[in-house]
Amino acid sequence: MFSILRSLWYTFLHAFHKRETILYPEEKPYLPPRYRGRIILSRDPDGEERCVACYLCAAACPVDCISLQATEDKDGRRYPETFRINFSRCIFCGLCEEACPTYAIQLIPDFELSEYNRQNMVYEKEHLLISGTGKYPEYNFYRNAGVDMGVKGKGEGGNEHPPVDIKSIMP
Amino acid sequence: MNTFFYIAAAVALISTGLAISGRNAIHALLFLIVSLLAISVIFYILGAPFIAAMEIIIYAGAVMVLFIFVIMMLNVGMESEKESRWLKPGMWILPSLLALILLVNFVFMLNKMSHQNIPGRIIEPKEVGISLFSTYVLGVEIAGMLLLAGIVGAYHLGKQKKKVLHRFLKQEEIEQPGNTEG
Amino acid sequence: MHELLIIAGVLLIVLNIAAGLIYVERRLLALWQDRYGPNRVGPFGLGQVIADMVKIFFKEDWIPPFSDKAVFVIAPGILVATLLLTFAVVPFAPGFNVFDSNIALLFFLGNSSLGVYSIVLGGWASNNKYSLLGAMRASAQMLTYEVFMGLSLMGVVMMADSFNLTGIVEAQRHGWFIFPQFVGFVIFLIAGIAETHRVPFDIPEAEGELVAGFHSEYSGMKFGMFFVGEYMGVTLVSCLITILFFGGWLGPAFLPPVVWFFLKTGVFICFFILLRASLPRPRYDQLMSLGWKILLPLTLINILVTGAVLIYLQ
Repeated sequence: MFSILRSLWYTFLHAFHKRETILYPEEKPYLPPRYRGRIILSRDPDGEERCVACYLCAAACPVDCISLQATEDKDGRRYPETFRINFSRCIFCGLCEEACPTYAIQLIPDFELSEYNRQNMVYEKEHLLISGTGKYPEYNFYRNAGVDMGVKGKGEGGNEHPPVDIKSIMP
Repeated sequence: MNTFFYIAAAVALISTGLAISGRNAIHALLFLIVSLLAISVIFYILGAPFIAAMEIIIYAGAVMVLFIFVIMMLNVGMESEKESRWLKPGMWILPSLLALILLVNFVFMLNKMSHQNIPGRIIEPKEVGISLFSTYVLGVEIAGMLLLAGIVGAYHLGKQKKKVLHRFLKQEEIEQPGNTEG
Repeated sequence: MHELLIIAGVLLIVLNIAAGLIYVERRLLALWQDRYGPNRVGPFGLGQVIADMVKIFFKEDWIPPFSDKAVFVIAPGILVATLLLTFAVVPFAPGFNVFDSNIALLFFLGNSSLGVYSIVLGGWASNNKYSLLGAMRASAQMLTYEVFMGLSLMGVVMMADSFNLTGIVEAQRHGWFIFPQFVGFVIFLIAGIAETHRVPFDIPEAEGELVAGFHSEYSGMKFGMFFVGEYMGVTLVSCLITILFFGGWLGPAFLPPVVWFFLKTGVFICFFILLRASLPRPRYDQLMSLGWKILLPLTLINILVTGAVLIYLQ
């Protein structure tokens, strides 16, 4: 009996507490930097596209909302010809970001994706590609990879040995 | 007032008839409730508001809810075959004949008494209470004793020891002798 | 003409309060849960009432093909009809009532006992196991709580010497009945919550267990009638608590009697919502044993003591 009255009283006191609700459109909520929201494609510090069109994100996607078409430029560097994400299917799981070997595809803290027309939820490459580096400002895939794509010479990467001279017999 | 009386009486008669003849148990009970309500209106017109209210509270409100409760639990179908067998003419002709004799008797009596008007005095709840606890105190006490016996009986019936054990507890009992060998 | 005006006024007030409670309850629950509640539609979100009503009117009113159609349609009507009938005897102020009956209190009890049918039949006619379970719980619960709801008021009746609600209010000129009849008040409050099946005692609908209990199959305006009926029940019980224990319209003269009445009633409506905000639902058998083993004996003792004291004072 007493505990019932006490809980009534405590509940009543909540009338004078601070509201927990954030009045959203007027007041934006705080989103942590790793929040998984809208998906973007980033560029490396030199301004080139990071994406190498390896299809790993499309393979990792559990709802198959990513589709892309790979192509090569005149230097032989792979890039996606089209890159399409259907946000009406996307569940923002972040598996594409984890699968990406080049940090190209990233989820950013933005959830304001509403559209009146469902077709507008399909984002093409020009909607996805940003001109910045996203979450990894210094990273350039071709600086660390073994391939020479005009970014650096063979064997000049961070943790890379110089290329083996196959004509020599020295180890 | 007479018009209202006849309307209420007609409603009571019709709904009682429908309650008897209805095949669907719940619908029949609903008609019975309507008939009780109509009877309470008649009581009110006759100047007994207390009895009218009691009719609603006790009969329509409590007793019939219990009936419906039981019928809900038994899940009586829309049309039971047994009942359609009961409705053969051979089954109901004799009781209805007897009832008809009673009805004729009743109408005859009413016709004879119609010269003496029913007293149109309103009986207040207080009066009912006073007469219950003075003139009819013996009846009230006897009814009270009967109800007390009913309560004691219900308590006794409801107090049966729970003999069904939960299946986990049952297993423990079986396992215990088995455990001694190990 | 005067009577017609009063009838229209009572209808208007009751239906508006019941509809307004949709909004008030949500705002108050939010207040006690550190939220804001509906505050977008119109000033302070007051347009929410209209939006809700429009929505519920235009929803598809679906009658399940497996239901007992006639009973299914009648059931919500019974609830609203009995509640509205009861408001006929509620005196809002001296002279401001539809029907000044000598058996007003019994009229209320009779109507509230008829209101059970709405829930029982609605649950049965839905032909759905959750609805049926809800209806069975409702019938047992309401039968139980009706018994001592009536008995708990007998102390008041004895002290006021009348079943007439106006007479009961007038008898409180020299002190509200809450003080001598505190036990009766507490029991009537509990029984009133159980009769309107509001939250601590809402086991007939218990959404955690029974989907929505007896009104699982209802939609559109039929559901709306159950919904508004619940709020009308809350208003009715609050009105009656005010009349029976808190002196009805009596109060210091700087405010008119009607205002006093609605102020007091409003406090109890808010209390009902506070109960909903703070208390969990008891188990079904706990509810029944609370009723039969604690509250019923207490009520009988209350009647006995009140009667003895009244006779002693005479």
